[in-house]
Amino acid sequence: MAEIQEKSGGKGGKKGKKLSTRIDLTPMVDLGFLLITFFIFTTTMAKPKTMEINMPVDKPNLTDLEKNKVKDYTAMTILLSKEHRVYYYTGIADDPMNPPDVKVTYFQNKNGIRDAVIALKKRVYEERNNGAPGHNPTDEPVILIKPAENSEYTDMVNILDEMQINGITTYALIDITSVDKDFITATEAANAGATQ
Amino acid sequence: MAHKLPRKSTHIDMTAMCDVAFLLLTFFMLATKFKPDEPVVVKTPSSISDIIMPENSILLTVDPQGKVFFDYDNKKAKKILIDEISKAKGLNLTPEQQASFVNGASFGLPFNQMKAYLDVEPMEQRTYAFTGIPIDTSFVAETNELGYWIQAARSAGQTEGHPPRICIKCDGSTVYPQVKNVIRTLTKNGIDRFNLLTSLEAIPEGTEAYEENKKAN
Repeated sequence: MAEIQEKSGGKGGKKGKKLSTRIDLTPMVDLGFLLITFFIFTTTMAKPKTMEINMPVDKPNLTDLEKNKVKDYTAMTILLSKEHRVYYYTGIADDPMNPPDVKVTYFQNKNGIRDAVIALKKRVYEERNNGAPGHNPTDEPVILIKPAENSEYTDMVNILDEMQINGITTYALIDITSVDKDFITATEAANAGATQ
Repeated sequence: MAHKLPRKSTHIDMTAMCDVAFLLLTFFMLATKFKPDEPVVVKTPSSISDIIMPENSILLTVDPQGKVFFDYDNKKAKKILIDEISKAKGLNLTPEQQASFVNGASFGLPFNQMKAYLDVEPMEQRTYAFTGIPIDTSFVAETNELGYWIQAARSAGQTEGHPPRICIKCDGSTVYPQVKNVIRTLTKNGIDRFNLLTSLEAIPEGTEAYEENKKAN
């Protein structure tokens, strides 16, 4: 507006000067493209990412049957507990006279549960070809994940993510047993004694 | 070089460009699907999975207290579903109430409070005091309302022509027993494969997944 008046004023007296009807559309185009960029970004970002999970088929007898199929040297059990603690032991631990060596760790990039999983995989891949009875070259490490009541959903997702990170194909998310709960309490007690 | 070239204006007519810009803008505005309204704030844990959430999926939101909310990303199927529920549960929902459900966001109340909720204005539905869809530990669809929702939604999706996939969006700090109840409800209803919503994180270097990802690219 100001510009128009200034121009018409400049000619002094001569009224009704033909004014250009053209408007500079450049800022409008800028605005248009800015908004387009915004919408393009929001559309692609809005799609949430997901992780797929397969649960073991829910039939009462299957867990025992599956357990028998798991070979002792390929198995590892991971127990998730409070404060993001992770307890783990190798083997199926079905002999009450010979309890497994339960270790405790956390989710971390180094010296955490990941290293334990990598070590298991490495060991299984070495041992499966040694011709020992029951060892088969197609054996894969089997991990049983048992979250305790005081673990959080984050722990569950983290451990499932670890499986994917370390290329573990055989794993199952199953309920914790009272035996496993005893392992946690025993390990906790032993660790408390060690620090005192 | 007898005469000078006429001085040309450096101004370009922007009208055409402006038209194009706004045409595209209109297209993107109409094509954009904004994040749906959520009744609760849920912070999902992160994972390296980058599977995009499937279309036409049932979304179960679980808040830190373990309250469960149901949403279904398929309006046609949702319509069939609410009609079915209205009949089966004897709710006698009016067409307006049914429309309110179809267009509404996540729903998290027992069946017997549904009618009252659907009468509330859409703007006020967001702040409604949700108590979550009840889950009972028998896990059968008759008494476990979540189980019923899932069964009914699946058959509605089947009828509509897009069998749904189930996605769980759960807060990272939810205690495991609450999560287990939801998962157990799914497995008891014959769903063994489902998706968990996670936010994306970088693959840690030096791991197997990292090497594979590098090979793939």
